[in-house]
Amino acid sequence: MAEASPAENRTGLPSQASSPALLAVGLRHRFGDKIAVDGIDLRIERGEVFGLLGPNGAGKTTTIRVVNTLLPIQEGEVEVLGFSLRRSAMPVRRRLGYVPQQLSIEAALTGRENVSWFARLFDVPRSERKSRVAEALELMGLADVADKMAGTYSGGMIRRLELAQALVNQPELLVLDEPTVGLDPVARDGVWQRVEDMRAANGMTVLLTTHYMEEADVLCDRLALMHLGRIQALGTPAALKAELGTTASLEDVFRFHTGNSLGPEGEEKGGMRDIRTTRRTAGRVG
Amino acid sequence: MTSAQLVAPPAGSADPTVRREPSVWREFPSRVATFCLVEIQKLRHDRTEIFTRAVQPVLWLLIFGETFNKLHAIPTGNIPYLDFLAPGIIAQSGLFVAIFYGIQIIWERDAGVLTKLLVTPTPRSALILGKSFAAGIRALAQVVVILILSAILGVSLSANPLHILGAFAVVMMGSAFFACLSMTVAGVVLKRDRLMGIGQMITMPLFFASNALYPVSIMPGWLQVLSRVNPLSYEVDALRGLLIHSPSHLLTDFGVLALSVVVGVTAASSLVGRLAR
Repeated sequence: MAEASPAENRTGLPSQASSPALLAVGLRHRFGDKIAVDGIDLRIERGEVFGLLGPNGAGKTTTIRVVNTLLPIQEGEVEVLGFSLRRSAMPVRRRLGYVPQQLSIEAALTGRENVSWFARLFDVPRSERKSRVAEALELMGLADVADKMAGTYSGGMIRRLELAQALVNQPELLVLDEPTVGLDPVARDGVWQRVEDMRAANGMTVLLTTHYMEEADVLCDRLALMHLGRIQALGTPAALKAELGTTASLEDVFRFHTGNSLGPEGEEKGGMRDIRTTRRTAGRVG
Repeated sequence: MTSAQLVAPPAGSADPTVRREPSVWREFPSRVATFCLVEIQKLRHDRTEIFTRAVQPVLWLLIFGETFNKLHAIPTGNIPYLDFLAPGIIAQSGLFVAIFYGIQIIWERDAGVLTKLLVTPTPRSALILGKSFAAGIRALAQVVVILILSAILGVSLSANPLHILGAFAVVMMGSAFFACLSMTVAGVVLKRDRLMGIGQMITMPLFFASNALYPVSIMPGWLQVLSRVNPLSYEVDALRGLLIHSPSHLLTDFGVLALSVVVGVTAASSLVGRLAR
């Protein structure tokens, strides 16, 4: 970074610090006849932790896969960190960290080798590589096990290893798709803590999807509630809850907007009447 | 190490958002080297494959080679048949490693690693080129085993290190092409089982329709045509020229192999995105 010579920066336009982390206008995406994302307008500011909340099939993952350049833009416009995705995917990839829903590391390599691999793929300068890899592992609490085969890691450790793979690039935008799905509560707490640490460390923007209310509540500055490919509600967790009354939980908000529950206790379809009876987390919200 | 590097932009950096963007000429070699290094690391952690994969070529050399060496059934001029066969078996073992390499990319897709790779600043073609040369690295591990065995069996191999290095380059290119072929098929069929089937189906025809086991001159006409469009024949021809100094066409061989790799990389990289949809 600091050593970058003008020649190397030929195409390396700095992303505009003033531009939002994400700007989507009229984003629509189809798979065959099925509309997965149905006209989304979204603006995420730099430094925010922004959550896309919604049930399975709401269009969260499709949205994320457009933002991280895996899917082409079919309809609408998307700018990430000031770069139009239609024109320039590469500068966006350079500034992005992505952790997919699936736990995905190379089991046949050690933890350190996994991180070092991504450091090379992100062109981390050779002189900084070793220290940045070590530091990313340290920050994710994996320094002690860094030279063990990643195949021996637990789910929570793998997820933290993936965060280290993203962190080693000092991403400006970190994209997390269901970061804690399938993890036990302790591992989940660990991941949340690390995401907070990462953000505190370099002030990056975080875009995550989740269907855990608690996760959205703990981590996110703002939330967009997605259902059937559309954003049904948008605001801070507190504001979303306040709309439904002082004792509402995010789960209530979710039910109100989707007519559905995420939790195991929510078999019944619900409107306001059900919401009044579901106050498991209401006390905490106050 | 302090944690200053990840926490704050390095001192003297005017704008933390300016990224190092190497030119294409540095990026491609860098990516290829990265994928080769990862392959070497994997091989280092699990060496069993080097030995299990050595069984087949050893059988070819020991049983097929020794038998036909004594029978003199295949006219190879004044070259002993075992010497004639060794380069063919080297090329074959590279082919066998590479032709199933697409399975790895499907496996990486299933494991979610491929999507992460596709989101790094790595052009599709650099990813494929890197993967195919990584297959070449794996093939080279076999080549070393076969070379040692051939020497033990009394094959008069070239002792010139440049010839050996040249042979390594030829195996790298040949294996890279077949790995590209495999990844291209992977990008079409998208399923591991189907790729296995197609791999099984094309491996032996590719092997038999080449000059690996017998000289082109004794083939029926139609097989000669197949052999002539089969990159494996050019790989074997170059290996014979380099390793046992039989008459060969090195320039043509290198040219055909290089062109095959370019075509293979182009085809595979245009299809790899399909795996991540």
